[in-house]
Amino acid sequence: MTRVVAEQDRVAPPPQLPKRLGRRDTKTVREALAGWLFLTPNMLLLGLFVLVPLVWAVVISFQKTNGFGVGEFVGVANYERLISDPLFWRATANTLLFTIIVTPLSMGLGLGAAVLFNSILPARGVFRSILIVPMAISGVATALIGVLVFNENNGILNTLIRFIGLPSVNWQSGGSAAFVSVVLVTLWWRVGFNMLIYLAGLQGIGPELYEAAELDGAGSWARFRNVTVPLLGPSSFFLLILNVIYSFQVFDIVFVMTGGGPQNATSVLVTYAYETGFVTRDQGYAAAIGVVLLLITFVFTAVRWRTSRGRDLAE
Amino acid sequence: MTTSILSPAPATRRQKTTRRGAPRSRRGSRRGLVARVAGAILISIVVLFPLYWMLVVAFSSRSELLGGTLRLWPRALTVGNFERVLAGFPIATWFSNSLAISATVAVLTVLVNLLGGYALSQLKFRGSNVVFLIALTTLMIPVQVIMVPLFRLVTNLGLYGSYWAVILPTAASAFGLFLARQFFLSIPRDLIEAARIDGASHLRVFGSIVLPLSKPLIAVLFFVTLLQSWNDFAWPLIALKQNELFTLPIGLLYLQGQFGSDFGATMAFALINVVPMVVLFLVFQRFFVQGFARSGIK
Repeated sequence: MTRVVAEQDRVAPPPQLPKRLGRRDTKTVREALAGWLFLTPNMLLLGLFVLVPLVWAVVISFQKTNGFGVGEFVGVANYERLISDPLFWRATANTLLFTIIVTPLSMGLGLGAAVLFNSILPARGVFRSILIVPMAISGVATALIGVLVFNENNGILNTLIRFIGLPSVNWQSGGSAAFVSVVLVTLWWRVGFNMLIYLAGLQGIGPELYEAAELDGAGSWARFRNVTVPLLGPSSFFLLILNVIYSFQVFDIVFVMTGGGPQNATSVLVTYAYETGFVTRDQGYAAAIGVVLLLITFVFTAVRWRTSRGRDLAE
Repeated sequence: MTTSILSPAPATRRQKTTRRGAPRSRRGSRRGLVARVAGAILISIVVLFPLYWMLVVAFSSRSELLGGTLRLWPRALTVGNFERVLAGFPIATWFSNSLAISATVAVLTVLVNLLGGYALSQLKFRGSNVVFLIALTTLMIPVQVIMVPLFRLVTNLGLYGSYWAVILPTAASAFGLFLARQFFLSIPRDLIEAARIDGASHLRVFGSIVLPLSKPLIAVLFFVTLLQSWNDFAWPLIALKQNELFTLPIGLLYLQGQFGSDFGATMAFALINVVPMVVLFLVFQRFFVQGFARSGIK
């Protein structure tokens, strides 16, 4: 009880003369009114096209429906089915594997490129621009370029591999090779973004810190390890969350490049949900897959958020 | 702070040049420079080669592509692939669909989020933090989670079969709200307070003080949204079933389905999808970079 009072004391403005208090009140009310009015268009869009469908998705996940007519309530049957569905587990494992591989690699390569392109280098701006060009290319086009490069028979990569005398790789018919090709194309597409965020972070580190470290006898690796990496903490935290969220949602590249194949070797949760919802039209089941995917995302983000000191980033 | 990311800012490693130069370390730093340039060139080749190869394939003749006689440096170039693609598909329609949809999404996003971001950063009222957190959380929701009910919703609202089926759900992204709020937090509150004390209404303050200061934000938000919407795939794939409503990425997938392994045609069309945005991206690089970098930096 006393704590509540104390909190109120801290929040409330110090006692004023009654007249001024009244003016302050109308001002507060007006400001609140303006705030909600300014927010209305945004809340309408978000509410109608995100939050309503979200609640609806949970409802549909308890139904059996093909999208036409009224769905039939089946309780938790869809979720029970998930447990014994090998395709679902395959897609979940692939999604997690993809995330575990792509996240550290895009961050590591992005950091390396950022450090390199932040050092003394002729035509630095040109190099930086080159690395971020893939960001402007659509996922579909990126995936089709991927098909062009990784085509098993006449793709340029296998041609080059054969040219130097090695056996060609089964990028399309081999499960692991197909997975690797999806990862490589994703890295090509995404590393530029990671570099950008790290570059912005690097430019916030003052040169005097490096000078001090150098006076203390730190070599270039020690400076990188003990100055650069810790001071880029907020950028890394942000990128970690963003890369994981992106990886959970990887759709364009997988859908266009491999379609989840061969034999579901590259199938991920979002492509599996899409196939289920709009190809086989088992929409209740598709909604259940989506809900599980969302729960995994939320759990990860919540854990990461709680365990991190960088949580003030968004505030 | 983020504006200078791509411009030649003063090097943070200045100590390298101010080193009290023993000749050995100077030679070492020159060797380091050579290694760095080599690394940068290698990275550039890895990034640029697939794009170069895309160009080569798009401008090479069918016989050369099928015959496997294609060279790294082609001898003869042709626009035959482009002619074939343009004759076989309503590319002009798809192009204008893409343009209409992404431009409308961008304009809507700017309008809506300028207002919302201002409210969340400069106006103090109960509940604003909750709204912001909910909005931020929605960024984690992939469209595949809500696609089934969203499709029913746009159908029930009578939007199915029009651009709006794509425009409105796309404009509902909270990314712009996040970006706008970050931007407005850097405007000193005193400036707004002063105008308020002079008796200006909130709308007036927004129009005459906030808006003129927001030009960089408007540019950033517009270009980043335009880019994302132009390249968007998953939701348009679900919402646009009629051939004449396709955007370029959907048309590209459709063409690939029809032409199969005709890489010349596919790459020719991919170029039509890619080139406008890459050019825009390079010309207005500053805004794009600021938009993406700001999303991570306070």
